[in-house]
Amino acid sequence: MTDVPLGRENLSVFADTLLELASQDPSIMVVTSDSRGSGKLVPFGQELPEQIVEMGIAEQNLVGVAAGLAMTGKKIFVVSPACFLTARSLEQIKNDVAYSDHPVKLIGISAGVSYGALGTTHHSLHDYAVMRAINNIDIVAPADNFEAREVIKAAVFHPRPIYVRYGKKPMLDLPRADTQFKIGKSITLLEGNDITFIATGEPTERAYLAAKQLEAEGLSCRVMSMHTVKPLDLEALLHAASNTRVLITVEEHSVNGGLGEACATILMQHGIYPTFKVVAIPDEYTVTGNQLQIFDYYGISADGLAETARQLLNRSTSDLHRIQNKI
Amino acid sequence: MDAQVLKQKSVQYRKTILRSIKQAKAGHTGGSLSCIDILNVLYNHAMNITPENFNTINRDHYIQSKGHSVEALYTVLQDKGFYPASELDTLNQFQSHFVGHPTRKVNGVEHNTGALGHGLSVSVGLALGAKRDGNSYRVFTLLGDGELAEGSSWEALMSAAQYKLDNLVIIVDRNMLQITASTEEVMGLEPLADKFAAFGCAVRSCNGNDIDDLVSTFDRIPFETGKPNLILARTVKGKGVSFMENTVKWHHRVPNENEYVAAIEELNRMEATI
Repeated sequence: MTDVPLGRENLSVFADTLLELASQDPSIMVVTSDSRGSGKLVPFGQELPEQIVEMGIAEQNLVGVAAGLAMTGKKIFVVSPACFLTARSLEQIKNDVAYSDHPVKLIGISAGVSYGALGTTHHSLHDYAVMRAINNIDIVAPADNFEAREVIKAAVFHPRPIYVRYGKKPMLDLPRADTQFKIGKSITLLEGNDITFIATGEPTERAYLAAKQLEAEGLSCRVMSMHTVKPLDLEALLHAASNTRVLITVEEHSVNGGLGEACATILMQHGIYPTFKVVAIPDEYTVTGNQLQIFDYYGISADGLAETARQLLNRSTSDLHRIQNKI
Repeated sequence: MDAQVLKQKSVQYRKTILRSIKQAKAGHTGGSLSCIDILNVLYNHAMNITPENFNTINRDHYIQSKGHSVEALYTVLQDKGFYPASELDTLNQFQSHFVGHPTRKVNGVEHNTGALGHGLSVSVGLALGAKRDGNSYRVFTLLGDGELAEGSSWEALMSAAQYKLDNLVIIVDRNMLQITASTEEVMGLEPLADKFAAFGCAVRSCNGNDIDDLVSTFDRIPFETGKPNLILARTVKGKGVSFMENTVKWHHRVPNENEYVAAIEELNRMEATI
């Protein structure tokens, strides 16, 4: 089961990649809110002091200033904890970045429940929902080090505003046949047609491990990394949903307004009805614990997801009967 | 531009503002009239912004943080030739790109505003970019006084002083009124000049409805090396039309036919004396 090698924190991969890119491109600039340490950007500040701007603990000003800097033709990366960046600065994101169409790159660090026991104030389980409802901003949550690196390379030249969120625990290096990365294009990690997991961000590795468990039981599983939550990869979603009995979405976000609801809306509107479940953080104040304990508690674990899949598979025959007979 | 011509323009701009608000059946009358002399002197005297250089970076920049006074901005941009005059007739109409707050869809507008407490941060970013790139342009931004209750304005001021942005010119349209009542009644701002000074700005006051005073104030920029320039422009809300002046209800009242005729007649009389 654990033959998948353990990589590094996505956040470290982000910081190293950005430093590498910025060393060759002086128009790349980082703007932080007393967050260069938590963003692992201390080396960036030491090596490229002219390409980093400190804004202090003032997230509204942080994003407004970033928009102004972007107007000067710079490639601006705002790096701030996801919980504050996507709440405190939301109006600046909506008006100064998205509506004004300045292609700022918003990097939410220690996203989801990465801050664990620090509690609800430090969790960002609302960010997909609020960002999805804002026009002209793309949303990406990389699953592993490969995606963490590739999305930053792609973000540099992305023509629109983009929000990318990173966690801070070491991630599995997920095996992948295809090493193409494109914002808006999902990556299929495993192919199969009994059960499909569509996952985004850090829980993706757990969906992968669940699929491996189920494969050992003789079930055929597809695992898709839907790293881009907006715009969704419609083609891949519709194809997968049309060729599976059970579809489970997995995300480190509230059940409200995230990947699961986005997929459900698309599938309903296309008349495609696999047996379906959204696995996410329920609408409650999150249990105290570290990120992995929280995941486990809410069934975002290899065992939990495998069990959810088995239950849904049992139900899928009656679901099919119900739909066909329009009961 | 000659002061006499600027004064004539101010009256003409006021007439355009009132006509466009009446035609659109919506608008922020009082605030547009209070700040129009500032915009006049900015675009016709102080700033280096033209339709020809607009798409370049090393020219002056203007961000209107008090976005609700959009009619004043659209009026001046029209006069400067940023767009054909007839387009303003579509203000607020179905499918018009002339939205009721500044939008980049209108040529000459640099940044979309309307929510208060945003423009200064964006201006800080532009000014900081100039410093980092060694560019000589200046960034001008117009703030309302009511919007200073937004905490983000003060976050932005701290950063302007921190980065010694003497290429940033912050103009406060100090007309003393907001939508509910006087600023001091709603959420007191005074002693405002002292607050700005304490936040590290080089503060100068002027009569924001007096062309000569505005010209001489803008001519003295930068006020102090290493400090953001802050112009506390004392203005009268509704300036130029006696029954609109210093009256809360004219914040966004649209003139009816009689009021419009009376206002234009008053402005015509004023124009004749220049």
